[in-house]
This record gives sequence, structure tokens and C-alpha cells, in this order.
Amino acid sequence: MIDVLQHVVVGPFRDIGSNPAFFGEVVIGGILAGMLYSLVALGFVLIFKASGVFNFAQGVMVLFAALTLVGLLERGLPVAAAFVVTAAVMIALAFVIERVVLRPLVNQEHIILFMATIGLNFFLEGFGEMLWGANVKKLDVGIPDRSFMMAGMQVNQLELSAGVIAAVIVAILAVFFQKTRIGRALRAVADDHEAALSIGIPLKTIWVVVWSVAGLVAIVAGVMWGAKSGVQFSLSLIALKALPVLILGGFESVAGAILGGLIIGVGEKIGEVYWGPLVGGAIENWFAYVLALAFLLVRPQGLFGEKIIERV
Amino acid sequence: MSAGNGTGRPLLAVNNIEVIYDHVILVLKGVSLRVPEGGIVALLGANGAGKSTTLKAISGLLRTERGDVTKGTVEWRGAPIHREGAADVVRHGIVQVMEGRHVFEHLTVDENLLTGAYTRPGGDALRRDLDLVYTYFPRLTQRRHVRAGYISGGEQQMLAIGRALMARPRLMLLDEPSMGLAPMLVAEIFDIVARLNREENVAVLLAEQNATIALKYAQYGYVMESGRVVLDGDARTISDNEDIKEFYLGLTGVGQRKSYRDVKHYRRRKRWLS
Repeated sequence: MIDVLQHVVVGPFRDIGSNPAFFGEVVIGGILAGMLYSLVALGFVLIFKASGVFNFAQGVMVLFAALTLVGLLERGLPVAAAFVVTAAVMIALAFVIERVVLRPLVNQEHIILFMATIGLNFFLEGFGEMLWGANVKKLDVGIPDRSFMMAGMQVNQLELSAGVIAAVIVAILAVFFQKTRIGRALRAVADDHEAALSIGIPLKTIWVVVWSVAGLVAIVAGVMWGAKSGVQFSLSLIALKALPVLILGGFESVAGAILGGLIIGVGEKIGEVYWGPLVGGAIENWFAYVLALAFLLVRPQGLFGEKIIERV
Repeated sequence: MSAGNGTGRPLLAVNNIEVIYDHVILVLKGVSLRVPEGGIVALLGANGAGKSTTLKAISGLLRTERGDVTKGTVEWRGAPIHREGAADVVRHGIVQVMEGRHVFEHLTVDENLLTGAYTRPGGDALRRDLDLVYTYFPRLTQRRHVRAGYISGGEQQMLAIGRALMARPRLMLLDEPSMGLAPMLVAEIFDIVARLNREENVAVLLAEQNATIALKYAQYGYVMESGRVVLDGDARTISDNEDIKEFYLGLTGVGQRKSYRDVKHYRRRKRWLS
């Protein structure tokens, strides 16, 4: 008994203490992986905030963006041009989604919109495959997948760039939501569709804006993941990793998505490296979900989720 | 010219509109009314009479509820607007304050007001109007940075009116501003509305169940029942007419319970407007 406790509670911490540089590497690896979860989660948060729709298709949007970019690069477009075209495609997609899916379903129950995004999910998956084929593709955006030493720790250059870019995007979005006129309007629409309409906020414009921004964020997430592990259809499954991030951080919070992603990224890396051997590994696969479950029991609105304001 | 249905071109004219929800449910069966420039017009009637629907038909909010104006016209300074979207109607200068306040609960009071000015360019004029709203509603000043979900019901009603004011409307459609509020607060809010009407030249179309207070502030009134306007006239005429009071507004003396036999057989006046 004592022996088991010794292994679970004391052993891993002794390992951490005995090699702090390695621990630092694990944490940085976790932070950088977490940033990518955050990026995907951000796409969800944006759409959820502005339209109350849980966009099941966000993962496929990431895949679709990455596929489009790879496809364009393969056809010989320079990197910059390919990015611009992909961005244009994602914005066009936002217009189409607003016109074909959202507008006819305005004022329907949230569950109906959610179902519509499931349909969108399958459509995009098939459409992407039809356009670009189903092979695993290598994505090279010019950032080398190399490691270098920093303060005695190995840091992967690609992951570091991903982290920095994610941080910049998050900062821009936070300012956009809090300080700009459109950002305020987005939050207003999230609170009360009808009231927003009554003071002249055009819902169509707002929806196109959020879906476009979610599409652009999807490009960044898709590129970063794609550069790491190749562009393939399993990419759309990272949406499933974004779910616990959202539960942890709160569905309406940009900051929550970021922090949730980091906590899960770091947590699962540490768990895997130090506690993994005790249970035969694979902690990384379930850690996020167990954490999310615990959060649902204790604080269902997440760390930064909006409290449901109830008047008595 | 009488304050209500005068001659000359009114600010707003609703001409015999019919509204159908979900393609089948007929809610308004030929409603006509007029709001003159700078006037206060009351729209009275019981629950379900069609007051809110009439306001929504004007503001364009109807369409989000799957309602449609199928007959008749709504004219703003003579030009038809009943085919336009809600956002365009606001740009014309018509803002609806919805029943039940509908403030943005997670935005602060300040942000709520700023959102109200969405249709206008920013800048100094906007800042000035923000200050103006706070001078009309001094209660909101201390609550500037509080989330609107946490302020009281009366303050929320003031905020909803203030938010509408930020769009610089020429006509405000007020839907049941007295709902769920203490009588003193109701009086306070109506006084402010009357001041806005006088000082900012904002015309008001006021849907109310509380006929007493509505007729005190309005110059002209319309009484609705089951999707029709059954009566209209000067506020004074309406509030003095015993039959109207008894049948539509429930204003008969308290305590004098009558037998059903004493109630006159009242034949509704048919109206064929325009």
C-alpha cells in the first residue's frame, strides 16, 4: 500500500525535482500544444458568443482551411498568395453559410442550429475530399521543424512560432471584442438577438463577420497542426480536444479558451511523462476529458464562462 | 389641428395592415393608425389584442417571428417601409423599445447605450448623446459600469429607453413600459418620456394595458381588440367615455360591482379606414 502511494505521490515529483530542465521542456511542449488547442477552441467561442450556436463543424473548418492551403501550394502558388486565397475562400464560406444555413433558421431553437452545423460538418468533409483528395499531405510553410537550445532546454521552433502567432491572434481578438463597435455589437447579439435587431444591428452582417473570423482562426490552427503532423482527415478530430478546453474555460470566454487550452496542454504532457509509466501510458488521450468531467461537476460554466444572470 | 389624427402628412401612417404569422395565423385584421410629428399616441387594449404585433409590424421585427405584413402599407413620411428590414427601419429614425426591456445583460450600462448608437457614426456627437441620456436618466449614472443584468427592473426599463434614444429616433415605439414596475417608477418613467417628447421632439407610439396612465400622457388614442382598431379619438374623449372605459379599459369605479344584467349590449362600431 505504502509502496503504491510512494510510486504515485512521491516518485513523479522526485523525478521532476531531479531534472528541472527536462521538466521545463515538458511544460513548454505542453504550452505550445495547448496553444493549438486554444486556437481551435477560439473558433468555437467566437461563433458561440455571437450566435449562441455550438458549431460542430469547427474542426472540419480547420481541416478544410488546411486542405485548401495545401492544395493551392501544390498547384504552385507562392505561400503568401496561397494564404490570401485561402482567407478569401473561408470568408466566402462564411457568406454561404449565413445565406444557406443561418438565415433560413433564424429564431429557431439552438438545438436546430446545432443540428444544422452537424450537417455542415459532413458536407464540408465530403466537399474537401472531393476537391483536394483524401491523401495525407505534407504542409510546408517555410518554418523549419527544428529544435534549438534555450536556457538549457530544447525548444521546437515550429511549435514556438505557433505559440507566438496564437498569442498575437488572441490579443487582437480580445481587443476587438472589448473595444470596437462591431465587437460590442457581437456581444450584444450573443445576449439578445431580437433586442440587437431592434436597435438596428443587422444580424446578417454580424454572422458573416463571426464566421469569417472563425474561418481565419481555423486557417491558423489548420496550418500549425498541419505543419506538425501532416494534413489529413483526422485533423478534424482535434475539434474533440477543443471540447474539454471549452468546458474548462467557459463557452463564452476568449480568455477561457486560451487558458483552458494551456491547462489541458500542459496537464496532459506532465501526466503522460511522469505518471504515464505507472498506468502504462496513454494518459494524454483521456486526461482532458476527465478534467472536463470534474469541471462540469464543480463549476459548469467553466473558469471564465458567463454566469447565468437570474433575477428573482 | 388635433394632436392625433390631423390633416396633413403624418410622421407615420399605418394603412389597413393585415399580419399573418407562420403563413396561417391571422393576427391583425386591418389596422390603421397615424402618428403626427412630435405627438404621443396611445395604443390600448387587453392582452392579445394585437398591440405588440402592430408595433413589430412597424419596426420590422415581425419577420424574425415568422410574421408578415400581407396587406396594407406602413408609411414613414409618405414612403412605404413595411418591406424593409429592422435595421433599415432604425436608420429611418424609428426605434422600438420591446416589451420586457430586453437589455443586453452581460454588457455594462455604458456598453448597452453605446450599442444603441450602432447605426450612427462615432465621435463627439455620440459622446454628447451619451451624456444627454445620463442627464435624462440620472439613476443610470451610478450604474454606468455595472452589468445590465444586475440593475433593477426600473433601471433596466430606463436603460432600454436610453439605448433606443442613442439611435437618435424621430419616433419611439414603446411596448408596455409600465410592465412589472411599481407605480411610482412608472410615473417617473412616463415623465421622462414626456420630457423626451417635448425637448428632443421624439414622437411616441405607446402600447399600454395601463390605460389610465397612457391616456394621461397621450394626446390621441386607439383601442384595439382581437386584431382590429375598434375605437379611436382624443385622449380626453376616450378617457371620458363611460362605455369605452367599461368595455375595453376596465376603468369603472372600484367596488361598484355590477350584475352582468346591467351591462349594456354594446354594438361595436365598424371601421372602414382608407
